[in-house]
Amino acid sequence: MEAATATTRGDRSVLERSPLARLPDRALRWGLTLLAGATLALIAYFIIRLYIEAKPAFDKFGVFGFTFDNNWDVSKGIFGAWPLVVGTLITSALALVIGVPVAVATAIYIVELCPRKLRQPLSMMVELLAAVPSVVYGLWAVFVVIPKLLPAEKWFADTFSFIPWIGGGTVAGPNYFIGGLVLAIMILPIVSAISREVVATVPVEQKEAALALGATRWEMIRMAVLPYSRAGITGASMLGLGRAIGETIAVTLVIGNAPQIGNHLFAQGYTLAAVIANEFGEAASNHLHRAALIAAGLVLFVLTLVVNGLARAFVIRAERKQGTRIAPEGAGA
Amino acid sequence: MTTLQAVSPRRRRTDRIARGLLLAGTIVALVPLVLVLYYLVKKGIGAWGIDFFTTDPSGRFFGDPGGIKSAIVGTVLIVALATAIAVPAGIGVALYLVEYGKKSTFANVVRYFVDVLTGVPSIVFGLFIYIVLVLGNVGGNFAGWKGSVALALLMLPVVTRASEVVLQLVPDSLREAALALGAPRWRVVARVVLPSALPGLVTGSLLAVARAAGETAPLLFTAFAVKATTLDLGTQMNSLPIQIFNDVRQAQDRLVERAWGAALTLVVMILLLTLIARLFQRRSRLT
Amino acid sequence: MTLDPQPRTDFPGEAAPAREPQPGEAEDAPAQRFERKGEPETQGHDVTVKGLRAFYGASEAVKGIDLDFHPNRVTAMIGPSGCGKSTLVRCINRMHEEIPGARAEGEVRLDELDVYGDDVDVVAVRRAIGMVFQKPNPFPTMSVFDNVAAGVRLSGGKADVKQVVERSLRGAGLWEEVKDRLNEPGIGLSGGQQQRLCIARTIAVEPEVIIMDEPCSALDPVATLRIEELIGELKRRYTIILVTHNMQQAARVADSTAFMLSGELVEVGQTEKMFTNPDDSRTEDYVSGKFG
Repeated sequence: MEAATATTRGDRSVLERSPLARLPDRALRWGLTLLAGATLALIAYFIIRLYIEAKPAFDKFGVFGFTFDNNWDVSKGIFGAWPLVVGTLITSALALVIGVPVAVATAIYIVELCPRKLRQPLSMMVELLAAVPSVVYGLWAVFVVIPKLLPAEKWFADTFSFIPWIGGGTVAGPNYFIGGLVLAIMILPIVSAISREVVATVPVEQKEAALALGATRWEMIRMAVLPYSRAGITGASMLGLGRAIGETIAVTLVIGNAPQIGNHLFAQGYTLAAVIANEFGEAASNHLHRAALIAAGLVLFVLTLVVNGLARAFVIRAERKQGTRIAPEGAGA
Repeated sequence: MTTLQAVSPRRRRTDRIARGLLLAGTIVALVPLVLVLYYLVKKGIGAWGIDFFTTDPSGRFFGDPGGIKSAIVGTVLIVALATAIAVPAGIGVALYLVEYGKKSTFANVVRYFVDVLTGVPSIVFGLFIYIVLVLGNVGGNFAGWKGSVALALLMLPVVTRASEVVLQLVPDSLREAALALGAPRWRVVARVVLPSALPGLVTGSLLAVARAAGETAPLLFTAFAVKATTLDLGTQMNSLPIQIFNDVRQAQDRLVERAWGAALTLVVMILLLTLIARLFQRRSRLT
Repeated sequence: MTLDPQPRTDFPGEAAPAREPQPGEAEDAPAQRFERKGEPETQGHDVTVKGLRAFYGASEAVKGIDLDFHPNRVTAMIGPSGCGKSTLVRCINRMHEEIPGARAEGEVRLDELDVYGDDVDVVAVRRAIGMVFQKPNPFPTMSVFDNVAAGVRLSGGKADVKQVVERSLRGAGLWEEVKDRLNEPGIGLSGGQQQRLCIARTIAVEPEVIIMDEPCSALDPVATLRIEELIGELKRRYTIILVTHNMQQAARVADSTAFMLSGELVEVGQTEKMFTNPDDSRTEDYVSGKFG
């Protein structure tokens, strides 16, 4: 009897906490849940508002008309975004072609070949590339890279003029190639960091199997490391692609901002992101122009969503295969 | 008697060439870094001076272009406000994901969308804030704080992802020990989880700040740009990236010189933040 | 046959393997049957380890070992966990040095050739001394066929690859089971089959010695038995070095057994003697289960 009364306080068991004491817990839980939910709501809101503001342009030209018409003429109020889309794709493709092999080479070198003491410093230096802001890359590209590369570009265009699209034609200062080159430099850190993680988690028994058969170092990399890392490296490259597609400031400074589909590698062009940055000032008063720019932003957004979605799928597949979580961008940038 | 089967010279050559190419690729990757830093210092140091940091841009095309005081002040204020918004929110979402949501469907959906946010181009953030806050005429036209909101949107997923990783590294045994002692969940979070994760959280947040400090596009049509120094976030404000961007586009010698000086300033600020972030990372007992 | 210039602790006074079946001798008990599988098919190669020391950084894991592995024989290495038996065998095919900070000193001779010699190519050594690992490790992105062919293709396709693959799979006792599935992924096979696949891959490059580092520890008893039978077959063509923590396995399969403890070689001798009447009391304690 006495034991029973000792365990109650008033009409409540000592084991129960008072409703007041439980309040902070519930407040915290619901507060944080709300916050997380707000993030979701935010993104939905994003897309909806963007669409609403872009609607005038879609109404006038149709969604397909807007995206695929090859005619962006501000003065006449015609907004077909195809040259922008093509320019975005060309510069991003160039960024991949130039950047991915270099990034993967760096990853393999750092993990498999370089002396242990150099690993940390080399990794850090590659990651430092990400610390340089986009506008600084643009500044450097405009006043250092473009003038210094112009003679080489001219020589290249002349020597290889028989290759369609690569050669022939006048070499402009700012052009697709410089745009692709700068983008390649900017996606290097992210592609390299993720590739490095992927290559580092190749199981040692795979590598030992290759070595024990009498493989040289490169043969071991080719037989055991690269096939295993394929999915992860593809994912890393697609993340780089997503980054390249959305990059604005550096590109707008070096692409020439000509709303046309340039017909060779060293021609001027335009990208979706660049047109928004460039023309927004003057579009403030023109309702249709502004809607067109926002529509371009929406197209850009959807494009990055698709590419990044695919990229995540690849990276997740690689993570699952290796049983690890590959470092998120935030920690590396 | 054994003679080993010789390794063909072709294989040896391929091995050497392949390894050489991999080394070459690594060097190629580092060349831009060296070049950028070199030119920044070479062309930027010349612009530095007392006047450079203490006068505002004059807006004059000829004659004295002025310094970058308003840009520095603007960047500091805008980024500070963005940090004040994004860091608590980001850590909060991460806390939710690690402590409460865990593997639930809702939590996974949140994670997925936070991932989506990391891939959004920064100019789209600027557009969005422009539509909602500027067009919507919320508290006036362009304003510094609107730029902060755009930057905060950009920082949020970065802080959340990095914080989630760090919080997950706090061993469950620590949490269980505290809970077993009868501590309520919120206390466990406040007194056990957050303190052990603190250095890692600081690292993640500082890296996000460094990233935001360098962003131009979100500020283009939100904070806009003015020449004079202002401390009022409710009005248009200058910022380093915008200042550099405008100077580059004008392409006039003295303005370009100022652009280099401003770029050097900005990169120094970012490198300092990154360095401090990495120092905190070393002090973390978790990573 | 190798001439021993110094007295050794293994076959004292004997130059020939001790267990040739005598004509007319009755069939032995099952425990001995693997040793009786007939004459060697190819002239074997022997491995001689002399003064071998192996280090992980500053810590010495193998403390000066002299050991002889006779041709066409299975020599088992037994000893408690951490005694250095795996480290020792990895020094023989120079895999030990792949570990960062690891190094080895001393002599390891394949017949007359010191594999640690200055102008010896480590890649060539590893082809001549094959290795089968504890956990089966077929290449996951390759088919059964490509797995077996992997090593062969490294040195150029002079040989007919298909023939080599079939021969190797037969040699590993796997051909019948996989001949219709050659293009399926190697990791789709069962554990025991995967290990035999790895054995096929190893013998495809025609090594002279095969090191097996606890090859059955990840397998079930049935698969283990099949591999033990296979080892009895393989020794007719290769010299086999078998690391095992399973003493019954050593008793079933090995001609000689070497017992290691804390990086040192305690005793080596004919398997039967090691298990019934060893010279060293530590060996006696270990094989009777008093420790380890």
